[in-house]
This record gives sequence, structure tokens and C-alpha cells, in this order.
Amino acid sequence: MTLAGRTAARWAWLRSPRLPTVPLCLPPWLPTAPVACERPYSSQSKDKLDMSTYPVESIRNFSIIAHVDHGKSTLADRLLEITGTIAKTDRNKQVLDKLQVERERGITVKAQSASLFYNYEGVNYLLNLIDTPGHVDFSYEVSRSLSACQGVILVVDANEGIQAQTVANFYLAFEAQLAIIPVINKIDLKNADPERVEKQIEKLFDIPIDECVRISAKKGTNVETVLQKVIEKIPPPQCNTADPLKALVFDSTFDHYRGVIANIALFGGEIQKGHKIVSAHTKKRYEVNEVGVLTPNEQPTHKLYAGQVGYVIAGMKEVTEAQIGDTLFLYKQPVEPLPGFKSAKPMVFAGMYPVDQTEYNNLKSALERLTLNDSSVTVHRDSSLALGAGWRLGFLGLLHMEVFNQRLEQEYNMSVILTAPTVPYKAVLSSAKLIKEYGKTEITIINPAQFPDKHLVSEYLEPTVLGTIVTPQEYIGKILVLCQDHRAVQKDMVYIDEHRVMLKYLFPLNEIVVDFYDALKSLSSGYASFDYEDAGYQAADLIKMDILLNGNPVEELATIIHSDKAYATGKFLCERLKDTIPRQLFEIAIQAAIGKKIIARETLKAYRKNVVAKCYGGDITRRMKLLKRQAEGKKLMRKIGNVDVPRDAFIRVLKRQTDK
Amino acid sequence: ASCPQWPYCRKRCSYCNFNKYVVPAVDEAAVGACLVQEVRTLLRLSQVQSVTSVFFGGGTPSLASPSTIAAVLEAIVGAAHLPAGAEVTLEANPSSASPQRLAGFRAAGVNRLSIGVQSLDDAELRLLGREHTAAEAQQAVEIARGLFPGRTSIDLIFGLPGQSRDAWARGLEVALGLCDHHISLYQLTLERGTALAAQVWGGNLPTPPQDLLADMYHTACAMLVSAGFQHYEVSNFARKGALSTHNLSYWRAEQYIGVGPGAHGRFVPWGEGGCSREARVQTLEPDAWMQEVQSRGHGTRRRVVLSLLEQLEEVLALGLRTDEGVTHERWGHFSPNLSLEAVFGVPGEAAELQRQGWLMLDGSGLRCRREGLALLDSLLPDLLCQLQRG
Repeated sequence: MTLAGRTAARWAWLRSPRLPTVPLCLPPWLPTAPVACERPYSSQSKDKLDMSTYPVESIRNFSIIAHVDHGKSTLADRLLEITGTIAKTDRNKQVLDKLQVERERGITVKAQSASLFYNYEGVNYLLNLIDTPGHVDFSYEVSRSLSACQGVILVVDANEGIQAQTVANFYLAFEAQLAIIPVINKIDLKNADPERVEKQIEKLFDIPIDECVRISAKKGTNVETVLQKVIEKIPPPQCNTADPLKALVFDSTFDHYRGVIANIALFGGEIQKGHKIVSAHTKKRYEVNEVGVLTPNEQPTHKLYAGQVGYVIAGMKEVTEAQIGDTLFLYKQPVEPLPGFKSAKPMVFAGMYPVDQTEYNNLKSALERLTLNDSSVTVHRDSSLALGAGWRLGFLGLLHMEVFNQRLEQEYNMSVILTAPTVPYKAVLSSAKLIKEYGKTEITIINPAQFPDKHLVSEYLEPTVLGTIVTPQEYIGKILVLCQDHRAVQKDMVYIDEHRVMLKYLFPLNEIVVDFYDALKSLSSGYASFDYEDAGYQAADLIKMDILLNGNPVEELATIIHSDKAYATGKFLCERLKDTIPRQLFEIAIQAAIGKKIIARETLKAYRKNVVAKCYGGDITRRMKLLKRQAEGKKLMRKIGNVDVPRDAFIRVLKRQTDK
Repeated sequence: ASCPQWPYCRKRCSYCNFNKYVVPAVDEAAVGACLVQEVRTLLRLSQVQSVTSVFFGGGTPSLASPSTIAAVLEAIVGAAHLPAGAEVTLEANPSSASPQRLAGFRAAGVNRLSIGVQSLDDAELRLLGREHTAAEAQQAVEIARGLFPGRTSIDLIFGLPGQSRDAWARGLEVALGLCDHHISLYQLTLERGTALAAQVWGGNLPTPPQDLLADMYHTACAMLVSAGFQHYEVSNFARKGALSTHNLSYWRAEQYIGVGPGAHGRFVPWGEGGCSREARVQTLEPDAWMQEVQSRGHGTRRRVVLSLLEQLEEVLALGLRTDEGVTHERWGHFSPNLSLEAVFGVPGEAAELQRQGWLMLDGSGLRCRREGLALLDSLLPDLLCQLQRG
């Protein structure tokens, strides 16, 4: 299998032209059989390691965090080489990024961990590198990775300086009160300007300039210094082997042969084969089959001790049994569970349908298998009169959605129709009847069909995010206008150096799910970076907009929308439909309506002439072929009132607008 | 019916995607011999007793010499009966229609001429890439009418990029003053691979708006009908009964034998032991076709047996192009067990289209109303769906 090289994209959720929503064919390098994404079933040696030689004082648990393409994975490769964890060759590229999508996009989706053994000033240290996903879509993964750490290496590109994701990642680490080692990478590049980046770090993060380490991960320059800083600056975990077992589950993967492999960090006690353990969350009891460390493949050990990080296999059959944030303890020796994480909340929803309905069952099984390793995706069965049976999937963000879709294609050879993303709105009910019906006063609306009428609610709420934009100053004017157009409210604006500005805006989430990032990139010639984090709900003037064809509503095109955007969106949808519905024998009124009020209209005129001019001997075969194809197409059309709408008209209107 | 193809042209027209070849020197003797040979072979295969009409199409058959045309006709007469007075049409371009040539064709047995006038405006003719001028076209028609009185047809094209409805109406008016009793009016179809299509799709020429094309068509139909013409097929008009029997045989789904490179045929090859109607296509490329004819007597490249459903689909799609429509008799000829009424007289698409006023099913058969004829291609998919269920 050939893997494509690291993507040149400076940010991961670029709409890749290789990623059409409705792919016609798969690229030839894709494997035809599903590629399991779980770890290879291999151990590096038969001899079990004795981990008792690593007392708590000699352990450091840390992560590397960075904006995409600032060199996180390359630094990880070097650390693995220096510590002898992997052999030093030219081929070590993104060793911890095992998924094809990760290597192609140069991002980390699924966090991986590795234990490094390193002798420094005569002491043997155990350095646990806990890799984190590279994007805030995966911030729940980042935060659960960070919870097992006491410090982070914050990597910043010496050329690009601080970017939006650098800021987001810094605050995650800062709020978790972790030690932060700033590292300026790529100092070997021609345009590297480490002084400027040091000043940015000082200004924005309040970290003294002399604490920054200048390195070139690619060339290995100063990477040893980073290891030494890890040992000096990051405190060892605070825990005791004499205490009862207290293990935090911070990740899990699924292996078809061995079941669930749970990644754990020991906050107390020890664990070994044969131990009876209990999940604080499910109260289920298990017997430990195997424990070990990740180097980065599984390496069985006799035991794991307090402060250490590794894995446990204990006969769990489903990923849901190893809840992220769960605490494991010894049977009959219960402990106070560690504060669990809030479970990941889907922020972006999209309909997913098989391109061909006969593929429904194959897609269903692919979805089931993929969600085994990505429990953050929510799956609800859904069906559309136009697109058939499918699902409504909830994702953590747009990148998450794209990565999931790409993994379906690459690892399971599935082509799907993905509808335009929507966000979960809420309504605070005022109608006593509805409150009784739902059993609560606040409901979440995912499907426009459930949108309660205005007189039944006291207010509607929409999800918001706090967006961070880092940009060269010359683009500020355009970016301010762009943000305003997307209903954003400015919260902060800081010059991080003489040329670069960091802007903070509160965005309604639905304003950024479709085209915001593309627009930002194009108006800043690619120089502005963007990241966002969940910022709760705010009241919003929401309405439900229907699309009518000759007065009949088209169920699948109903949308929930902010009233300020209704006119423009209604006009856009009507125009797009006009371009995609073929002319028919009668005139068709295409209208956007709010309640009874029509806000946009396009008229598709009736055909007045549609007959081929020449039809003689030689033309007949060709003619009949075309007619029969049209007759077949007719059977597949969705009839709305008397209007025949071809399926691809819906696909063209419903699918994401950037995938033209 | 028999339709020999002459696949050569002197020049490529900007709109034409027919199977045609522009070569510096045609070995006419060899091509003629092969046409003769293939006529004999295919007539034998079809076991046709009597040929009702002959149509020399192209390419540009008027580039062939009258002796070649004569040889082909002699071969037909030698292999089957060609009744006296049977329609023998030759397609001619104004640029190869000198009085001598046309007289030669008449002497060879041709009794009807179809002239590719296309337009009577020099600028339009240049846009179409035609070799002749409007004056030459006029002259050719006059010569032809003298030689083939009452049996001369002209072809006109409308819907050219940039053409206005008035310009078209004026051109048609001039043509009416010139023409004999048969006119074919074709809306320009932009065909992939032609120079004109490339210019329009490339944005160098305007795309004629749909509604304008409809206006042009309806205007022309009205003008011709008021000049006494019968609108007997989508694009064909005749007065004084001068309908083309040859072309009617296509629309009536009768048998026809295609001869020459790329020619299409529909017949039952009784002589080969076949008993079902077949769709047949001759080899496209002239040199390859000639080799095949020389080695095995014919250049049939593809034979597809048509199922009953496929035959009925053709009967319907072709028959509805005519003013007589699909008669009960013709339908019954193909489908003795399932009548037109049984298929389309029941609730369904046809009834709905009838209710909307596009279609009519009555004692004589199924046919389009005047408004429906212009929309036939929107009606047919529905009707085919209903037929497939029937």
C-alpha cells in the first residue's frame, strides 16, 4: 500500500478535491479491503518488561501540542529515535499517525501513546509521550490526553509563528495547569524568525523568552535539549504505588481478536494479569488478561505501577465498556473515582445516505465498525423521500465529519452522499402541552420537522463557538467584514507582534459550518488561521423555512435558519433548484416560504418545444437509447405534487455547497 | 425501402456529425462496386420481394457520378422488384447540382431530389460552413424543379446562433417563393465534436434561447400550414400529397435495408434463417467497410435482435412524430395480442397526457395534438413507462 505524502495544507480541513461528497470512483491507491485501524497485533519482544525499576520520581507524562504542520509528529519521531524506541532510519515519518487519513492530511485523528526510556545524568527515566489529535474538533480527545499528563511541549513554527490552533491548545494546557515547554521548530528554514516567535510567545502566553527551545525536528537539532527540559520542567506524577489501584481510562481502541484495549494512566496502586478489576462507571467486573506499555506497539509488562501509563486488556467486548474518563479499581477495594470528562457532544449534524440504496447494508456495517473506534460519532437512523434510507450523524466538528467520511471511503471503500451540515438548535418551550409531551422545558432540535412553532416557545437557542483568528494585519479589514456577515461579535483583538493580529469572535456555529473557513482562507491568500471552541448557546431569532414546488412543500429542503439569513438563503436555494430541475410540461413555481409568507420565488417556465429535429434510419437507435434512459430516470424521480424532481437535483441542493 | 449511403463530402460542414469522410480522391469504381455487392447480398438476406423506395443519403451522394447511382439501382432491380414509379430520392448539395449532373441522375433512375439548401442567407451559410451561396442554392432549386417537377424537396435549418425570429421568418418567406411541394425544417442541433458546437459551448457564439427556438418553430409551422402544406411529421411539410414515402417508412417502422458505410437497417433476415426484426449497422469506416464487402459480401458490423417490447417502443416513438400517429392497424401488425387501447386506454400516463391536451387516442389510433407534437420528447418517457408496464 502506498501512502501519500504529508499534505502541504497548512490546516487540516481544507476541502480536498480528492474528497467529493459523491465520489464517482475511488483513487487507485486505496485498498479495496477494509484496513483495520486498530493497532497491529504484535509485541516487540517475548520478554516482559519489569516496570518496577521506574519509580514515580523517574516518570514524566507529557504531550506535544501544535498547530497543524508545525512539526509535532516529526518531533515525536525524533524523540522516539533518540530514546531508541524506534530504529533511526529515514523512513520514520509520522510514526504515531497510523491512519491513512492522518498521513495524507498531516493531522492526528486518533491519539497514540509511546513510552520512551531515557538515561539522563545516570538516572533511567520513563517518559510517556501521550500524542494528541491536532485539531480542536478533537478537543475532547486532547483534553483526555492532557488529563494523563503533567506537562506539554508547545511546538510553534519559526516561520509561521503563533497560529489559531496554537492559542487554543495553549489554553487547554494552561487551564489544566500543566507545565508548558515552548519549542520553536523549523529554525533551519530560510525564513525562520525565532526571535519574533519568542516575542509572540512572551506577549501572548506570558512565557519568558529564555524558556523557549529552538530546534529543528527535521534535522534533529537541539532535540536532546527538549528531552532534558521535559525531565527538568515537568513534575513527576503525584501518586503512590502503596495506594489502592486507581486507573484512569483515557483512550480505547478495539482489536478484533482481543477486544477492547484500554489506555490507562495509573493514579495509584499497581495492576497485573489476573487482577479482578471493576469499572466505576458500569460497575462491571473484569479479569485482567494483559498489561503493558506502548512503545508505540503493545509491549506486555509484568505489572504497571502508579504514575505509569500503558494499556490493559481485560475481556471488555465493546468500546462502550471502556468509557473515556472512567476509573478502574480493584474488586472490593473501591476508590473515589477520578473526575470524569464530560462526554463528547456532537456539534455538527449531517445526513449520510448510500449513493445506491442496495449498498445500505454494507454502509451500515461499515458505520458500525468505524464507530467502534470513534465513539464520539452519534448515529441515528433517518430516511429521506429523495435519498432513501440513511442516517443522521453527529460529529464534533467539520474536520471530524470530513475525516470520518474519508475513513469510510478509504478504510471501507464506501461512497456516500453527505448532506449539508446543520447544528443542533434548542427551543425553550412555553406550551404546557408540549412540555408535558417532551417531559422537559428545553428540547434540542436536530431535524427541521421537529421545529416547534413560535407561539409554543419562549425562545429559540443556537449553539455558539468562540473563534480565534490569527492573521497578518493587512487582511484585518476584509476579515472584520467577513465576520460581521457571519453574525459574529468581536470579543478581543490583540497585536501579537508588529504584523500579526489575533482576533476573537463569538460565532453562531451554523455560520461557520459551511463556507466560513474557505472564505477566510481565500481572502487572506491562505495566511489567516482559524480555530474555535464550544461557547454554549445563545438566544436567536430562528425560523423554519420551507421550499415549495407549485405550492407543495419539499420536506427534505426545510431548514432552520436565522431570520436575518432567510431571504438570502431562500433565494439561493430557489435559484439552485431552478438550475437543477428540468423544465416540464407546465410552469413550476419554486418558492421559499416562512409560514404562509413567500420570501423568494423563481419560476421555471414550461417547455414549449422539446422534440428532436431529425429522426431517420441512422438516428433511431441512438434516440431510443436516450428515451429509454429518460424513462428509467422517470421512475427514480421524486414526485412532489405534479412535479418530477430528479434525485441529483436534491443532491446538488442538499450537499455541501463547497463540493461543486 | 433501401437506403444506400454515399459517405463522402467535399467539405466538412460546421454543424454536421454524420459519418462522412472528406478525402482527396475517392476510388469511385471500387466504392460503387461495393455498394452494388452489398445491395445484392442484403436483399438476398432479407428475401425482400419488392423495394418500395430508394434513398441515396450521405455524405453527399450528389458527388457520386450518375453511372454509380445507375449501377446501384440496376443491382436493386436485379435482386428484387422495384415497381415503376417507386420513389427514388437523391440528396444533393447546391454545389454539386449542375443541370448536367441532375439530368444524369434522372437518367439513372432518380425521380426525387432533396436539396440541402439550409439557408437563403449568405452569412448564415458561412456560419454553417456550407460551400454554396444563397444565389447558388436558388439556382439549384430552380434547375431541380425543372427536372423533377413536384418531386423536389428543400432542407432548411433554423435556430442558428444569433438568428432572430424575424430573420428566420423572412428567410422562410423567400424559401416559400422558391420551393416545390416538400420542405424539411430542422432546428439546429449542436452535436458534440462539431466546430459550431465548440464555438457555442466555448462562449464564442450565443446559445439560442429555448423560448426563441419554440417561437421560430411555431411561426414556421403556421406559415407553412397557411401556405397549404400538411405538417405530416415533426420537421416535414408537404403539399399536394408530395409526402416522402421513403421517410414515412421509417416513422411507420417498416422494414428498410441500409447499404454503405455506417448505414442502419431494420429488417428480418429470413435469408439467414432469422425470424425476428433486427437492428443492423454497417461498418462505419469506408475502407474497412469495403474490405468486408469484398471478403464476405456485406459490411454488417452489428446485428441486434429487437424484442417485441423494443419494436413497440420504436413504433411508438417514431409513429408519434407523424400527423397520423400510431394507427391501430400498424400497432396490431406488431402486437396482435395487446391492443393500443389495452396499453394506453387504461388509467395511467397516456390518459393524463390526454387530459392535459397533448395527446389523443381515438378510433384511428394514438397521436399527438398539434401542441403535443412540439413536446413529444417530454411525452415519450411517460408513455414508454406505461408501455413497459403493459
